[in-house]
Amino acid sequence: MNRSLLIAGIAATTLVLGACASKPKELPPEPGTAATQTTQPPMQPTGPVPGSQADFLASVMSDTVLFDLDRYNIDASDQGILQSQAVWLGRYPNKTVTIEGHADERGTRDYNLALGERRANSAKNYLVSLGIDPSRITVLSYGKERPIALGSDEESWARNRRAVTVTVN
Amino acid sequence: MTLRFLVLAAGMASIPALVAAQQVAVPTSEAQPADEGLTGSVSDENEWQDLGIAIPAFPTNQSVATEATGGTTEALGKNVARVVFNDLKNNGLFKPLGPDQLPAVAFPQVAAPAFDTWRGRSAEMLVQGFVKANPDGRLTVGCYLYDVALGSELARQGYVVKADEWRRAAHKCADMVYSRLSGESPFFDSKIAYIAETGPKDRRRKQLAIMDSDGANHRFITNGQATALTPRYSPDYSRIVYLSYLNGAPRIYVYNVGTGQQTLVTSSTNPTFAPRWSPDGRYILYSMAVSGNTDIYRVPATGGASTRLTDSPGIDVGGSYSPDGSKIVFESDRSGGQQLYVMDADGSNQKRISFFGGRAATPEWSPRGDQIAFTHMAGNFKIAVTDPYGKGMRSLTDSWQDEAPTWSPNGRIVQFFRTERGSGKTGIWQVDLTGRNERKLNTPVDGSDPAWGPVLP
Repeated sequence: MNRSLLIAGIAATTLVLGACASKPKELPPEPGTAATQTTQPPMQPTGPVPGSQADFLASVMSDTVLFDLDRYNIDASDQGILQSQAVWLGRYPNKTVTIEGHADERGTRDYNLALGERRANSAKNYLVSLGIDPSRITVLSYGKERPIALGSDEESWARNRRAVTVTVN
Repeated sequence: MTLRFLVLAAGMASIPALVAAQQVAVPTSEAQPADEGLTGSVSDENEWQDLGIAIPAFPTNQSVATEATGGTTEALGKNVARVVFNDLKNNGLFKPLGPDQLPAVAFPQVAAPAFDTWRGRSAEMLVQGFVKANPDGRLTVGCYLYDVALGSELARQGYVVKADEWRRAAHKCADMVYSRLSGESPFFDSKIAYIAETGPKDRRRKQLAIMDSDGANHRFITNGQATALTPRYSPDYSRIVYLSYLNGAPRIYVYNVGTGQQTLVTSSTNPTFAPRWSPDGRYILYSMAVSGNTDIYRVPATGGASTRLTDSPGIDVGGSYSPDGSKIVFESDRSGGQQLYVMDADGSNQKRISFFGGRAATPEWSPRGDQIAFTHMAGNFKIAVTDPYGKGMRSLTDSWQDEAPTWSPNGRIVQFFRTERGSGKTGIWQVDLTGRNERKLNTPVDGSDPAWGPVLP
């Protein structure tokens, strides 16, 4: 409960700051106004800060698309996920993202770096095809260096063959 | 006598890093000079792999204090013999007896062995030597190889080294014995760069580290805050090229061992990885991904414009020069899975050589030129070798995941790293070309991506 109050408080503060930034000539709010706003969390919807990584995660189907063994094509379910990411990126045109490409452990190190790069680029290219400016997307391959599933089995490897979209700013 | 002295002088000249001008007073041997007819190579390992070699402690003419390990020249003499013993034991081809299993020999006996005593111990070969402290703090180490049955000297060398480089004298001695008995080129006096690994599987800490061929003189180069991968020693050991995520993205850096400075190999904003030296150290091969497509490039080691060598739409990665620098073997998935290809050094005449079933990756050309070692992915990941035309493929190992071979300087031993299924723990292993002698190297922590450098001058 306290935590969601705090998040709501931060959200409100961010909105105030945003208003100031866009209209710097505007007079500062009268004393007490800000305090009044931040003490009204029950009136506001609780949730992640709009445009934040938390908001991104809450808004999209998934931050992660998965790939088949040695593959890097974007299949139908990947398309749905990336479309939801594109919608979010359309809503926050000033946001940039990094797409991290990964491979499973059953490959050689150098090749997996190249494969992670290729997968991240596939996801990037699909977002670009949906109208997202390519300059907003950087790709970063970790090869097999950053597994998310720790087992040495098919299920873990399937989860590790992935491209993960992370918001940057 | 004069001839023998010249032989010693030649041995000195081949070690310019040491004090070449200094004469080495090696006691005269009463044994006959080595028969010139004994210089032929022994091609069948079975003839000599079980040779009994005795290596007693190296006595000193006078035990005095030294900065070398042991504190005195007497203690050092035992340490030198231990290093020689371990070198010869650990390559799997000899079964030596070392200084901890043998009685001490007196200083005068170094050049006049008690052959009858050694015959009584069933020793076929005898390695003796001595340690002397020089007035300038340096050490002179003498090394003699005797054939006990023949009662004759087969080889001798003398080395003058700084106290903190005493292990190099021991490695040179082991190299002399190994070369003389096997007919192969030496390899013990060499170093290895690798990646030291610690921490959990999903947050592995990876540091660039170096060590001698026997694991001694271990040193971490990077602190592990940025992931380091795939190092390669330059042929003269002055630099190490490797991949680092130093500024968040994978880039190749050239690290200067002497100054500790490092530079980017290219100023490209694209990721660069899989760096390799040309045999003369003048060029670096690297792989670069542009819009997801990885190709192989060559750049002068001192910087400058890059030359693109491959342009297939597939992943072309890695690369290893033939020893004469005329050809490059690399891996590509242009036909589907990863396979081995050979091209001329300018990128022309690209031809696939691997048709073994499964996938083939991380090719490394032997320093002798006759073999290519690679990772064979067919079920397990195995270390295998083939000739440069893709003929005579043989597996040297069979474990769940063996990867990334690197050759000993003489092309007789392949080092690689082995990953444990599940835990992801890694270790550096080596195997000889017979595939029979496999062992794990002792490293302070887990290790991967070994890269073996040449024999030191």
